Amino acid sequence: MIQANGIYLHGCIRISKKGNALSVEKSKLKNSAGYVETKYIEIPNGIKLDCGETIAPLSIAYQTYGELNKDKTNAVLIVHALTGDAHAAGYNKKTGKAGWWDIMIGPGKGIDTNKYFVICSNVLGGCKGTTGPSSVNPETGKPYGLNFPPITIFDMVRVQKLLIEHLGIDCLLSVIGGSMGGMQALAWPVLYPGLVNSSAAIATTTRLSPQSIAFNEIGRLSILLDQNFNDGNYYGGQPPSKGLALARMIGHITYLSDESMQTKFGRNYKNDKPGEFLKPEFEVERYLHHQGDSFIKRFDANTYIYLTKAMDHFDLARNHKSLKHAFKDTFARYLIVAFTSDWLFPVYQSKEIVRSLQSNLCDVTYCEIESAYGHDAFLLEIEELTRMLENFLKNSFTKSKI
Amino acid sequence: MTALLPEKDKRLDYKIILNLVNENSRILDLGCGDGTLLDLLNKEKNVIGRGVEISTEGVHLSMEKGLSVVQGNIDEGLSDYEDKSFDWVILSQTLQVIREPLLVILEMLRVGKHVIVSFPNSGHWKFRFNLLLKGRMPKTKLLPFEWYNTPNIRSLTIKDFKDFIYLEKMRVVKEYYFKDYSKLSKFRPANFFASMAMYVIEGMDNFPL
Repeated sequence: MIQANGIYLHGCIRISKKGNALSVEKSKLKNSAGYVETKYIEIPNGIKLDCGETIAPLSIAYQTYGELNKDKTNAVLIVHALTGDAHAAGYNKKTGKAGWWDIMIGPGKGIDTNKYFVICSNVLGGCKGTTGPSSVNPETGKPYGLNFPPITIFDMVRVQKLLIEHLGIDCLLSVIGGSMGGMQALAWPVLYPGLVNSSAAIATTTRLSPQSIAFNEIGRLSILLDQNFNDGNYYGGQPPSKGLALARMIGHITYLSDESMQTKFGRNYKNDKPGEFLKPEFEVERYLHHQGDSFIKRFDANTYIYLTKAMDHFDLARNHKSLKHAFKDTFARYLIVAFTSDWLFPVYQSKEIVRSLQSNLCDVTYCEIESAYGHDAFLLEIEELTRMLENFLKNSFTKSKI
Repeated sequence: MTALLPEKDKRLDYKIILNLVNENSRILDLGCGDGTLLDLLNKEKNVIGRGVEISTEGVHLSMEKGLSVVQGNIDEGLSDYEDKSFDWVILSQTLQVIREPLLVILEMLRVGKHVIVSFPNSGHWKFRFNLLLKGRMPKTKLLPFEWYNTPNIRSLTIKDFKDFIYLEKMRVVKEYYFKDYSKLSKFRPANFFASMAMYVIEGMDNFPL
């Protein structure tokens, strides 16, 4: 069992230094998708968004693992959560960094790259290679910043569809995602019925609760109030790091649970004794500061604003009479997974999804995994999820309806 | 639900269910456990099967058999399903663990065209003699639990069930009495000799009383 250490699973992967380049231990490399690199496609005509505006050109960053079979029936799309990227599995050759879901994706793993062709792309609006607010606006020659048009979860899915088409794939075997990725996994069959065989939505919802919107708002506000924010035009200067770090700290509180905080930190002092009055003294404080500090090195504040807004506005039943109606005739097999201590995407929301699917007599499997890890559980309950995804993919593949 | 179940191919109750169910029908199995019955129906009758199971392990094992199962508590209801959306709704050896039997059975009758209910019979002679002679709550092969850890919160006899069916304005269409999981009970009264009973029941909405 992996210890709960937040989103940073790769923290536990040892990297040894050989010469100048970082190289990953051979055994780890062998059990993974190996060294991988991010590829890019350019779509000159771009994409028309829900808001009516068009982003062109559009760049999509993605990685693939495994081989596409002859009939092109084994393609699995992995959709990342709020702060993820296209590097889902294997190791980056330059940095030695493991993919964010390397523990799940690889040869012989839950999502077996010996069997499936696995694709993961950075979402629209992201800051890891796919066009987003930090990309250059061709009209001005400067980064978009807040001139980037508002995007939706559906827009993200449309961009993924462009990538799939580019890869020559008509139908996906499965779309798998957790949290914000789960929203996209659910939007896929609704937007493209018949083109996706199955959808696995983990620790997610079809619409955020007001509590989750509230947390997103104070996260955004902390960025907006940062003196360096400068209406989003901070590129080339000092970024609003303090605000972004605070947003991340708030986020991390919502990813844990009371119980997991008790277990992980208790009331322990970080140096075994009280420290300076206004400095972080407790373990839990140290953890949050650490999460904030490491986040600002890898993430763009404007992206944080745009993606959380996309989550807040997401409502799968939008343009439909009801959620039940939205799922009607989607022809997909569903796996819905919730974690008991997740209060950001609570169990009742998953149950709501299951009920809507059931009332359509959709093919749905639902599992409520007992876990103390809170929302983070979707990256930490490896054993349960491995078993579940392995069987789900096998069933989707052998009983393919498309 | 019970601990000591024989191999599935020896389960006479499953064989009977297999014979009752038509090819390609829609089945809902409430309390489907590891999915053995649904798997059998799937393979033999190519049914469209759905299951409800309370344990995570049951969901895992059902998935391993290629089944689609929803983790949940039957007592929370079947209100998501429309009227008569299944050909058969099955409550196999699960009646004794649910809190709201009446509600669940009425819902089964609403969402299913046919309903099967089976349960262990507490009127069985072994059960009676155990209680009479030993003075302790009986433990049997079918019900091997202690009073404090048994999931079987309801003890009922065949007579109790029939009273219930009558009082709640339902009707027994078919009845089967078992000596054990693999044999029918030859002797009567069934309430004394059968360790388990299985019924096909229907509502009597259309019968004026």
